[in-house]
Amino acid sequence: SVSHSQITRLYSRFTSLDKGENGTLSREDFQRIPELAINPLGDRIINAFFPEGEDQVNFRGFMRTLAHFRPIEDNEKSKDQDGPEPLNSRSNKLHFAFRLYDLDKDDKISRDELLQVLRMMVGVNISDEQLGSIADRTIQEADQDGDSAISFAEFVKV
Amino acid sequence: MEDVWLAVARLGTVWIVLVLVFIVLPSALGISLGISEAYMWILVKTLEWATIRIEKGVEKPRPQMLKTPSNGIIERHKTPMEKEIARLHKVDFEFSDIFYFCRKGVEAIVEDEVTQRFSSEELVSWNLLTRTNVNFHYVSLRLTVLWVIGVIVRYCFLLPLRFTLAAIGITSMIVGATLVGQLPNSSVKNYLSEVVHLTCSRILVRALSGTIHYHNKENKPQKGGICVANHTSPIDAIILTNDGCYAMVGQVHGGLMGVIQRATVKACPHVWFERSEIKDRHLVTKRLREHVADKSKLPILIFPEGTCINNTSVMMFKKGSFEIGGTIYPVAIKYDPQFGDAFWNSSKYNIVSYLLRIMTSWAIVCNVWYMPPMIREEGEDAVQFANRVRSAIARQGGLTELPWDGGLKRAKVKDTFREEQQKNYSKMLVRNGSIG
Repeated sequence: SVSHSQITRLYSRFTSLDKGENGTLSREDFQRIPELAINPLGDRIINAFFPEGEDQVNFRGFMRTLAHFRPIEDNEKSKDQDGPEPLNSRSNKLHFAFRLYDLDKDDKISRDELLQVLRMMVGVNISDEQLGSIADRTIQEADQDGDSAISFAEFVKV
Repeated sequence: MEDVWLAVARLGTVWIVLVLVFIVLPSALGISLGISEAYMWILVKTLEWATIRIEKGVEKPRPQMLKTPSNGIIERHKTPMEKEIARLHKVDFEFSDIFYFCRKGVEAIVEDEVTQRFSSEELVSWNLLTRTNVNFHYVSLRLTVLWVIGVIVRYCFLLPLRFTLAAIGITSMIVGATLVGQLPNSSVKNYLSEVVHLTCSRILVRALSGTIHYHNKENKPQKGGICVANHTSPIDAIILTNDGCYAMVGQVHGGLMGVIQRATVKACPHVWFERSEIKDRHLVTKRLREHVADKSKLPILIFPEGTCINNTSVMMFKKGSFEIGGTIYPVAIKYDPQFGDAFWNSSKYNIVSYLLRIMTSWAIVCNVWYMPPMIREEGEDAVQFANRVRSAIARQGGLTELPWDGGLKRAKVKDTFREEQQKNYSKMLVRNGSIG
């Protein structure tokens, strides 16, 4: 679990982002952060905070998503291995990244979804054909069951 | 009933006389009676005692707790994109490439360099003001008693005193400037206008319980030059005028500010622009150039950041001031946040509540460093020159430098920056592997 002082600081961060002062953050609130706005994957990352179909995220949701990225502490490794996996385990971090690719949430990264993310990262600097061949090659190398899409298991192996 | 009014009137007169004798007169003559020094000494001792008590009261931290950097929530990796992705790369693209952007994005959400500059700096230890009480819990009875005494002293004693002084200061500024403005242009007029400005500034600085330390006075801006400083609050101008006379540059306001502006411009050639004129950059540059060309005119005071920043960093300087030519005299202003927060968060507080907050703080303590003059060198364009001056100011004042524009307080960041990131990443993809 997160320490008390970390929660307090995250909460003051949350309130400083919440310009409307209504206890929730909207997408605009995130986009006001300049370093996030210039990040090519900024919009996707922002989306990860918002539950399905909603436009506001409260502090609990904010913290839950951020908890994925807390570094693993040593004293947690000795905890009960059979209990529910801690939020910030490696597998959950990979899951987070997988979801950034997998827009339609069908648990597979299709060629189109990969192309979309690639396009976001390179902007206008690479042509469609080049991008397409990069995507094809990447899928080819990672795809193991031959369905021309990457499942989570194949994603983890890469 | 009459007796009550009489008593109040007598009390009021006594009060005003005391204020005039002990504060206004000495500041007009430029001497100090040592009252503010004594006050500051008591204040420093009290805050030190309070800090020790707070530290004693906090539990000993558990040994496994992660060390958090003092001014941030997280430690951030500063490796640039190229190194980061090149490390992961064996082929030209990998799924894991997004981890870099992912991590940078989440780091920015938790804590970013820019938006934190638009809100007040957090203190390392509490200074007995409720407004800075972010994380601190109840520690001991003595501390609470001290805090209550502090509140009483600040609101019931200091606030009326400061308000009176401010009223006296502003009134004498308006009256004095108007009177001097009636004189025909001559050296006597200039001398008198300097006297008026200096005196009123001193009164206003006392009104804020300001303690200002000026360093390197030999580098003070000369006539015909441009004085450039970092901007934290509207008080900056008063702080600088306390030690010398400048020609101010700014927009014409309405209300009380407008009255002051109109009065002072008669005495001293300040440069006040109408709202419509500000949009025309060439007009602005022309007027400033004319002012600078006249070597007998007072140095211009400009704040190139364009907006108030919270005094922990210096943001991008607008190049307009550096295109005028002439000698630039950089000045670094650093406030000590322990005694009072001078930063004006204009999106949160309007000017009246800001002044109220300032007047109910302990004091305004700041350091002003005058720096040696700088001129634009051969082959240097305005932007590079501006950055050079900015680095010098940041280094002197102990502030960090940020390449971001202060205008981001209100405006959104330009798309060109994102496109730049995209371009960098594409270059790496193309470079690393053969494509197509």
